[in-house]
Order: sequence, then structure tokens, then C-alpha cells
Amino acid sequence: MEIERTAHGSATVLRCQGRLTMTSASRLREAVDQAVQDGRHRLVADLAETEFVDSSGLGALVSGLKRARQCGGDLRIAAPVEQVRTVLSLTNLDRVLRPYPTVEDATRDW
Amino acid sequence: MSQRRLLLVRLLVLLTLGSGLWYLGWRWLYSVNWPNWWIAVPLVLAETYALVDAFLFGTTMWRSRRRPDPPPAEADQSVDVLITTYNEPVEIVAATARAALAIRHPHTTWILDDGDRPQLRQLADQLGAGYLTRGEEWTGRPRHAKAGNLNNALFATDGEFLLVLDADQIPDPAILDRTLGYFTDSAVALVQTPQWFSNVTDSDPLGSQAPLFYGPIQEGKDGWNAAFFCGSNAVLRREALMQLGVVGYVRQVRTAVREALRAAEKVVARARRDADRHGPSAVTALAEVAEVVRQAQRSLAAGEEVATVTYRFQRAVTEAGRRVVGEDLERIRADLVEIGAVAHEGAQPLAVDEELGLPVVDEAALERLSDQDWSPLGALQSVSALVRAVDVDRAEEAQPVLPLATISVTEDMATCMRLHALGWSSVYHHETLATGLAPEDLRTMLQQRLRWAQGTMQVFLRENPLVQAGLSMGQRLMYFATMWSYLSGFAAVVFIAAPVVYLLFGVLPVNAYGAEFVARFLPYVVLNQLLFLAVGYGVKTWRGHQYSLALFPLWIRACATAFANVAFGRPLGFVVTPKTRQPGGSFPWRLVLPQLVATVLLVVAAVVAAVRLWLGTADSVVGTWVNLAWVCYDLVVLSVIYQAAAYRPADKDVTEEMRT
Repeated sequence: MEIERTAHGSATVLRCQGRLTMTSASRLREAVDQAVQDGRHRLVADLAETEFVDSSGLGALVSGLKRARQCGGDLRIAAPVEQVRTVLSLTNLDRVLRPYPTVEDATRDW
Repeated sequence: MSQRRLLLVRLLVLLTLGSGLWYLGWRWLYSVNWPNWWIAVPLVLAETYALVDAFLFGTTMWRSRRRPDPPPAEADQSVDVLITTYNEPVEIVAATARAALAIRHPHTTWILDDGDRPQLRQLADQLGAGYLTRGEEWTGRPRHAKAGNLNNALFATDGEFLLVLDADQIPDPAILDRTLGYFTDSAVALVQTPQWFSNVTDSDPLGSQAPLFYGPIQEGKDGWNAAFFCGSNAVLRREALMQLGVVGYVRQVRTAVREALRAAEKVVARARRDADRHGPSAVTALAEVAEVVRQAQRSLAAGEEVATVTYRFQRAVTEAGRRVVGEDLERIRADLVEIGAVAHEGAQPLAVDEELGLPVVDEAALERLSDQDWSPLGALQSVSALVRAVDVDRAEEAQPVLPLATISVTEDMATCMRLHALGWSSVYHHETLATGLAPEDLRTMLQQRLRWAQGTMQVFLRENPLVQAGLSMGQRLMYFATMWSYLSGFAAVVFIAAPVVYLLFGVLPVNAYGAEFVARFLPYVVLNQLLFLAVGYGVKTWRGHQYSLALFPLWIRACATAFANVAFGRPLGFVVTPKTRQPGGSFPWRLVLPQLVATVLLVVAAVVAAVRLWLGTADSVVGTWVNLAWVCYDLVVLSVIYQAAAYRPADKDVTEEMRT
């Protein structure tokens, strides 16, 4: 899994390419930690190129959400593919995290 | 068990339950001695308890079968071996870690040290094992004992499967080869193997080995897809646990936010009533907060995502606070301008904008002054605490996602039930693949049993299996059976009291202890014993039976403390079970006081009965014989507690022995 960090206005986009699974979940957590440490509290996980997410991957997203919220920021998810949307709805996580269609939509009110 | 034995067991189950109903029906309808209701009703209730217990046992045995050998393990199945420890001696952990490293299937070994001990860290380094302890995020938050220890490790490791071992459980090198194959069925979340103790003598006075449980009972539960997770010597699928964690997070956060909003509504309403005291800006701010709370509730009810709703809510509350700060600063600015006119030159308390001659308040300061901690709303403590609770970060927990259940001190049972409710399967693999150390004195043993019983009752009271969605009827009954068995303490008191009351005071709980009683009771009790014999053939089941009655004070205490804990939040008085012997050599009278009182009463009753029979002055010869036999049975059952109290294990260094 590759995570690319770009700035998008006041927000920071973490583009997750590949499979977000138990073996790569820690990389996402580290990326969030790093961003937060750099004072970037408004994060968007861009999942457009994330082919596959398992429960550990979801766990990392929730950890990231907690981390961002504790600094008064937020973590949002954008553009999940079909498989990811299925996992989100199987675990009901889509009742907590809104899957935004695009990064644009995710950052609109920031 | 074999097909033929299973058929025999099923036949005996039907006969036991049939004769039991025939007996108990007669008891309820025709033989309750109502004038002596105070003993008659408890007795018939205790007998009903026992029949329900027999029904649950029979249901378990109905499907008790040995599984065929699993498929072989696949080389690419990645595994983390997790050794949980808190305060066990370093040598014990070392022996387990060495054995864990020697497991044949490729894996990573981790020592999960909740005691945060430098010697263990050093040991792990020496051996080449991983070492994990709790991070900073756990400071000041609930640690959740072993469940917390494992949850912490789940986020620091990445194997597809997890072998969980207590600090004293020495694994066999083949443990993974023999268990991983089951996971080729993608629905399997758990494989549990037996717990067997190496430091127990053949007579096992403390009843440590549980051959009936790690045998016919687990196999029976397995038959209903309800094999239990027992906390150690088990392999778990990470995906299943994480899914449990995420689902649990969603459920918990949605409830918590809904409750926090409801509470916030009330608190804000109360605060508004005396807002005047805090000035007009507080009045406005509170009015705004009240409106924000209502909006959030409406959005949630409309099905909007919790994270979005809470984010907007927090922003809006901050905004309300910021306006108050803005107004306050405006006033300060005005005051300063006034003061500035009369103050000495050069004594400006604040930086002054050179062009405008006004004090400078920069954006950053405004930001800081209106954030959560410093907001003027913070002055209204009750409000700000609740506002903070309306969020999705589970600030009260170290980890937002808690895969292993934390609702009970027996996290294993609670976790397993949730896995089953999500549709996962479990497997019981009947082959000893790890050997451990059992408690070696009565006090430690009692502590351990108390903890199990309390944990089980916590699960029963918090997540009653009979009403959990997602469980099959068989699974409900299997969980309920274990919980039901922990109620035996109440029945035991009655079974001890009834014959004593009859023999000493002639108080009859039953209308007649005549021939009809014997004719109805005897087939039931004989068939019940035959069933036990058929199930437990070749297995020592008597100790377990003795303890289910002899530990009655402990079971009752467990039920009472678990209830007080769940209903009123009282602490359980839970103590981690020490794996080494506790000092103290004298006979622990105080630990067995209730049993001692019961024994004295039973002996007196037996002597009185014997004298009456000898003198020929008994009211009813049959009744006296029946009760005398009953008293003797009670005494034989109770005797185990004295054996246990007097038990002194041979003084040897167990850890030395294990290393060789």
C-alpha cells in the first residue's frame, strides 16, 4: 500500500493506493500520526485507488478519526470503491463515517 | 464419542428427562407440603433448577461428537503468538516464551507484559521475541485487564491468526500445525484446545482439571456451533476480531452520542434557568447551544452519519463560545481605550496597534481563547463535559476499537458470544496441545473460580444470550447452560437445609416420604447417574460434581457481586489469579466457614436420625432413611473442601521442572 500526502486547501489528502489490510493498516495510522504532528488536522483519506479494505483497515480509519478529533480536526473518507462500500455497510461503519463521493465534496465545508 | 455411545447417551437423556418430568410434575402438583411453604417451596424450586440443569446438560450431550482430523495447515498462514502476562514470575514467562518460539509453523512470538517489567523486556530481547506493553494512551483510562492487553497487541501486530497463551501455558511445537487447518473454512473464527495442568496430582483435590468440560461438554457445545473460547490455548482469526471491534465501535458510538445529546438537552435546559448569573453573553451562548443540540438530534434521527453530525455540532458549539469571547474582548478593548486615556505612557498592558492606537488581539489568540478548554462555556462545567461527550472518538477509552469484549472479567466468553452472533463459527479441537499450571492452594483456587463465576454472571446480566440477535437457539442454550450452572449455590443451600430441618425438627417439605416418593424419585436419580456414567466414562467427573455443590458460598457470592456490579456499578473485588503459591501454612478455617457450619448441622442431623432409627422412635422409617441417605450424600460431597483446604503440594520448584 502506498500513501501519498498532498495539500488541498486547508485540508490534507492521504491517497491510499492498493490494499488497506491488516498488513498495511499500520502505515495509514503512521501517516495520520505524521500529518497530525505536522499540524495538519483536517484529513481526507482518498480511497479512490484503494482496491480492498478489511476490518483491520477499517480499524485504522477509526483510529485516525479519533486522533484527528482529539486535536479538534477531522478525518473523512472519499471515493470508496464498491468493495470498500460493501465492507463499510457490512460493519455499519457507514452509519458513522459518511463516504463522500469525491475529495472535493469531503472538504467543501472546511 | 462414538456413534453407538452417542445413541446410548441420547436414549439416557430422553429417559432422564422423561422420568424427571414425571417426578417433578408429581412434586409440584401433589406433594408440596404447603403449610411448611418456607422450606417446601425452596425445595421444589431447587429440584426444578436441577431438572432444568439436566435438560441443558442433555441438550449439550445430544450433539457431543469428536471431530475428524483437520486439514493440514497451509504454509502461508501468518500467525502471531501472544503470551499474556501481568505479574507471573519471569521464569514462568521465559519457559512459555521458549516453547512458543519453538512452535514449528512460521510465526512471530510476542510477550504482552501488562506489568511493564524491564527484566521481561530484556528476556524478550535475549530470546528474540517481540515485547509489547501499554502505550501512553492508556494512562488514566480503563485498562480492561487481559482483554485490554490483547486489544493493545492487536493494533501492534499483523498476523492473519493469533494464538493466545496465558503466561504459564507451555505450547506443543505442533500446536499450530494441528489447528490452523480448520481455518480453511473461511467462516471459522476460533479454534479452542483443552487446558490441562501439569502440576496436579492424580487425586486433584482442588478440582483443577476439567475433563468433563474439555471433553464431552465442549464437544457438545461444538455440535451446536457454540464451542467456547476459554482465554488461552486458542487460535483466533484476526479479521473476525477486528470486525467485532468495528461493529462494536459503531454500535457504542451511536448509542453514546444519542445518550449524550439527550443528557445535554437536560443539562443545558437547567443551565439556562440560572444563566443570568453568568451574564448576558452566557444566556445567548446557552440558547445557541440548546438549538445546536436540537439540530444534532434531528440530523441523527434523519439518519445522517454520526461523524458528520458530531463534527458540525462541535463546530457550532465552538462558534457559540467564540462569539462570547469576541464580545468579551470587544468590551476589554473598550475598557482599555478608556483606561489608556488616563494611564501613564509606556505602561500599556497590551500591545497596541500603532495606526489605530487600539490593543491588538490576534486571530490566534481568539482561536485559543475560544477552543474547548478555555471557552467561556467551560465555566459551565456540566455543559462542557457533555458537549465533549458528543463525539465519535470514544475519548474515555484508550482505543476506539476494542475487538475483545470488555463488558466482563471473563472477556473470552463475552467475545465468543459476540463472534457467534455475527455469524462466525468456532471449533473445539480435542487434543492437549499446551500444558499449564493450576493454582496450588485453596485461596488461589477460590479466587480463580470466583472470577470465572463473576465474569459469566456479568455476561448473563449484560448480554443475556437468550435475547441476543444473531444467535441460533442451540447457541443460546449452550451459553445459557453455563450461566445456569453457576446458580447452583442457591440450590445447594436448600439441598443441605431440607434434610436437616426434617431430621432435627420434623418439618416436612414433602407431603409424604412414602413408597410413592421412592417409586418416582428413584428411576429419575438412577437414570441421571447412568447418563453421567455414559457421558463421563473413563473421565473423572466426580470432583467437578462435588465442587458444583461444595463451593455454594462462592457461587452465591459471585451472583450477588456480579449483580451489584452490573446494576449499581459496585466493584467486583476482582484479583488476578497468582500462578504461584501464596504463603501461609495453617489450615484455612475462615475460607471454609459456611461449609463448616453446614457440616456440623448435617452430622448432628445424621446422629439424631441414627439414634431414632435404632430406638425405633422415628415418625416415618422410610422418611428417616431417605433423609439419612441424603445427609450422607451431602457430607460426602462437602468433604472435598476439607481435602482441598488441607492440601499441601510437594515442595518443588515447578519452573525448574518445566524447563527440563
